[in-house]
Amino acid sequence: MEFLEKMISLRFEIAAFLLFGIGFMHLLVEKNLIKKIIAFNVMDSSVFLFLASQGYIHGRTAPIITDGITDASLYINPVPAGLVLTGIVVSVSISAFFLALTQRFYHRYHTVNFDEIMILAKEKDVD
Amino acid sequence: MNKQHWKAFAAWVNGTAPERATAPLQELPAKRQKKHPPKTDEARRVRVFSRIYHMTSLVVCLSVVCVLLYTLFHLPLFGAEDNPAVNEVVERYVTQGLTETGAVNVVTGMILDYRAFDTFGESSVLFLAVSCVMMLLLKDQNNTSFADILQLQHERETEREISDPILQKVVSVVVPCILLFGIYVVLNGHLSPGGGFSGGAIMGAGLILYSAAYGMDAVSRFFTHKTFRTLTATALLCYALSKAYSFFTGANDLPSCIPLGIPGAILSSGLILVLNICVGLIVACTMYGFYVLFTKGEF
Amino acid sequence: MLPLYYNIPFLCIFLCMIGGIVMPLLKNGKCAVRCTETICFAVFALFTGLCLILSQRGESFAYKMGHFPAPWGNELFVGPLDALLCALFALVLGLSLLGGEVTMQADILPQKQNFYCTMMCMTLASLLALTTTNDMFTGYVFMEISTLAACAIVMARDTGEMVAATIRYLILSLLGSGLFLIGLAMLYCITGHLLMPQLLQRILLLSASDAYHIPLTVVCGLMTLGLGIKSSMFPFYAWLPPAHGGATTGASAVLSGLVLKGYIVFLIRIFYRVFSVSVVRNLHVTDILFVFGILGMILGSVMAIGEEHSKRMLAYSSVAQIGYIFMGLGLGTDAGVMAAFFQILAHAVTKPLLFLCVGRLSELRHHEKRFALLRGSAHEDQMAGIGFVVGGLSMVGIPLLTGFTAKLFLADAAMGGSVKMWTALLALALSSILNARYYIPAMFAIWAKPEAGQPDKHTKANRGFTVSAAVLTACVVLLGITAIPVVRIIQQELSML
Repeated sequence: MEFLEKMISLRFEIAAFLLFGIGFMHLLVEKNLIKKIIAFNVMDSSVFLFLASQGYIHGRTAPIITDGITDASLYINPVPAGLVLTGIVVSVSISAFFLALTQRFYHRYHTVNFDEIMILAKEKDVD
Repeated sequence: MNKQHWKAFAAWVNGTAPERATAPLQELPAKRQKKHPPKTDEARRVRVFSRIYHMTSLVVCLSVVCVLLYTLFHLPLFGAEDNPAVNEVVERYVTQGLTETGAVNVVTGMILDYRAFDTFGESSVLFLAVSCVMMLLLKDQNNTSFADILQLQHERETEREISDPILQKVVSVVVPCILLFGIYVVLNGHLSPGGGFSGGAIMGAGLILYSAAYGMDAVSRFFTHKTFRTLTATALLCYALSKAYSFFTGANDLPSCIPLGIPGAILSSGLILVLNICVGLIVACTMYGFYVLFTKGEF
Repeated sequence: MLPLYYNIPFLCIFLCMIGGIVMPLLKNGKCAVRCTETICFAVFALFTGLCLILSQRGESFAYKMGHFPAPWGNELFVGPLDALLCALFALVLGLSLLGGEVTMQADILPQKQNFYCTMMCMTLASLLALTTTNDMFTGYVFMEISTLAACAIVMARDTGEMVAATIRYLILSLLGSGLFLIGLAMLYCITGHLLMPQLLQRILLLSASDAYHIPLTVVCGLMTLGLGIKSSMFPFYAWLPPAHGGATTGASAVLSGLVLKGYIVFLIRIFYRVFSVSVVRNLHVTDILFVFGILGMILGSVMAIGEEHSKRMLAYSSVAQIGYIFMGLGLGTDAGVMAAFFQILAHAVTKPLLFLCVGRLSELRHHEKRFALLRGSAHEDQMAGIGFVVGGLSMVGIPLLTGFTAKLFLADAAMGGSVKMWTALLALALSSILNARYYIPAMFAIWAKPEAGQPDKHTKANRGFTVSAAVLTACVVLLGITAIPVVRIIQQELSML
C-alpha cells in the first residue's frame, strides 16, 4: 500500500522516465529518419517533464511576483523553469537541423529509410 | 470583385467549385521512381548488422529505464517543501530578484540576468541551427537540378494564379492581431509570463500565416534574404554586446550606468527589455527562415 | 578592481562568438577564413600570456559572468592548465584552417564557406567555454553548440556519404547529450546547485553521510556515459571513422584533434570539481573507464590496420589514442590524470598534423585518399612527407617525440598498482607495436620511389600548408623534448582543482 502511494505521488517522474526509455529506444532502432526525429523530441520532452515536476512544490504558485510580495514560501522553484526554457530552444534547433538533413537526403535518394541510405551512400560516392 | 468572391464561396459550399489547386499540379514532371536498393553483399551486411544492433539497443534501453526507475525511488519526494533543490539560491532569486534585476517575472530575471551566459549560448544555438539549415537547403548547384527549378517556377505561378479569398480576408484581419500580440508578449516579458522566445515564436507564426495566404512573393517584398541575414546578425550582435558590457562591469565591480527603473513599469528592469526585444527578433526571423528554407530553399 | 588579465577568458569567448555571428555577413569565403584565422591567433596570443602569468604566480581564479557570485550567477574558472589548453586549441584550430584552406576551396561551395567559418568560430568558442566553465548547465549548452557546429563542419563537404555520416554522428551525439541532461537534472534535484564549487561541497556532504548513494552513482555513470559517447570512448566509436575520415581536411583535423578533447576536458573537470576524485574512485567509475580505455587502445589500432583509406585509418587511430586518455583517467590517480592531460596535449598537435599532411598529399593526387594512389607523393611536397613521418613516429612512440613522452608518463602513472599496472603496460606495448604496424607501411608508401613517367604538374606550392605543418611539427618535437614545464603546469592545476 505504501509502495502504491509512493508510485502515485511519483507519477510524473515515472512517466518521464518511461518516455525517456521510449524515446531512447526509438532513436536507436527506428529506421525512418522522421520517426527518429520524433523519438528524439520525445526523449528531450521527457527530461523537461522530469525537470518541471522537480520544480513543483505543493500549494505554491508560479514565480511571478504579485502585489510586491517577495516571500520565498509562496512561489515554486524558478530554476527548473529556466532550464526547461533553455533546453526547449536547444531541442528545437537540433530538430530543425535534423529535419534539414533528412530533407536533403530525401531530395537526393528519395527515401528516408536510414538503412537504404547507408547502402546507397556507400555505392554512389566512393572516394 | 466581391461578387466574384461570393460566387466562388457559394460554389465551394455546394461542392461544385472547380478543383483549382490540384489541377495545375498534375502537369508537374512525374516524380522520379523510388529505386529499391540492390541486393548486394553490402545490403546483406547492413541487414545482419542491424539485427545485432536492434538486440543490443533493446537490452541497453531496457536496462537504462530500469536503472532510472530504480533510482527514482531514492530521489526526493515530488512537491515536498524541504527538497534539496529549494535552497538559498531559489530564495535569493525570489526575494531579491525584484530589487536586483527589476523583473517581476522571476524566471525572466533569472535567465536574462543571473544566468545570462546560458541564455546567450542558447540564442547562439538557434543562430547556429539556422546557419546549418541554410548550409543544407539554400539552393546551389549541388542540391538543385533543372527539374527542381522548373517545379519551383511552376509552383510560384500557381501560387500567383490561385488566391484564396476566404483565407486572404481572414488573414488580413488575424495577422495584425497576431503580430500585435507577439509584440505585446515580447515587451511584457519581464512583467508577465512570456518573453522573447514565446513572443518571437508568435510573430514568426504570423509571418508564416501571411506568406501562406498571400504567397511568398508578398513577404519577400519586404523580407529578403539580405534583410533576414542582417536582422538576425544585428539582433544577436546587439545581444552579445550588451551582455558583454554587463558581464564586464559585473565582474570588475564597475558601476553600471543602466537604470533599473520602477519594477512593474514597461520601461524597467534595465537590459532585460532590450535583450527580450533582441531575442524576439532572432526567434521570429529564425522561425520564418526555417519555414521558407524548408518549403523553397530560397528567400 | 580585478587585475586586467582576469578578463582574458571572457573576452576570448565573446570574441569567438561575435566573430561567428559576423562571418555570414562578410563578402566572401576567403575574407571569412582570414578573419577566423586572425581571431584564432589573437586568442592564442592572449591565452599564452594568461598561461605564463598564472603559472608564474601559481594562481587560479573564478570570474563571475554578470553581477552575481557563485551560487547565483554563471562563472568561469581558469587555472594555468586551462589557459594552456585554450591557447593550444586556438593555435591548432587556426593552423588547421590555414593548412586545409586549398582543400576547403575545392570541397566546399563558395557561398557556403562563410558558414563554414561561422562553425569554426563557434567550435572554438565552445571549446574555450567547456574548458573554462564553472557551471554545469553552461557546459551542457556549449556541448550542444559544439555538437551542432561539429556536425555542420562534417557535412560542409557536401556528398551523400557525408550527409549519412553526419546523421550517424548527430544521432549518437544526441543520445550522449540526452543521457548527460537527464543526469544533470537528477544531480540538480539531489543537490539544488548547478555551480561546481557548491556542487562539490554538497556531494562531499552527501557522500560523508551516505545519503542518496544510489542516485549519485547513477548520475556519475550517466554523465560519464554521455560524455564518453560524445568523445567516442571505445564501444561507442562507430560514428567517428566515417565522419572524421570523410570531412574536408581542416575539419577532420579540428574534429579529431580538438572537438573530442573538449568533452574529455569537461569530463575531467566534472570528476575533479564536482564529484571529487575520491568519490569517483569509490563509485568504481574509473575502473570501467580503464577497461574501456584498454579495449579502445587495442581494437582501435587493430581496425586501423585493415584500412586502405588514408584518412579513415587516421580516424581509427584516433579511437586508439582516445583509449590512451581514458586509460590514464581510469588509473584513478593524480599521476594518471596528469598523463591523460599530457596525452590530450600530445594528440591535439599530432593528429591535426597527420590529417593536414595526408590532405596535402591527396591534394597532389587529385584528392584521392587511398594509400595505393598516394605512393610516392611525398616527393612532390617534402614538407608534407616530413610532417607525416614525424607525426607517425610520434604516434608509434619514438623517443624525443611527444607521443613517446606521453606513453612514458602513462607507463609511469601505471606503476604501483598491481593488476592495473601489468594490464596497462602490456596494453601500451601491444598498442605501440600495432601502431607501428600501420604507420610504418604508410610512411614507406608515401616515400616510395615515384614511378617513372608519372605526370608532375600538380606541384603548385601551398604556402599556408607549409607554414602550418612546420609549426605543428615543431610543436610535436618541442612538446616531446621539453615536457617538464608543461608537466609542472599540469601538476599546479591539479593541486588547485
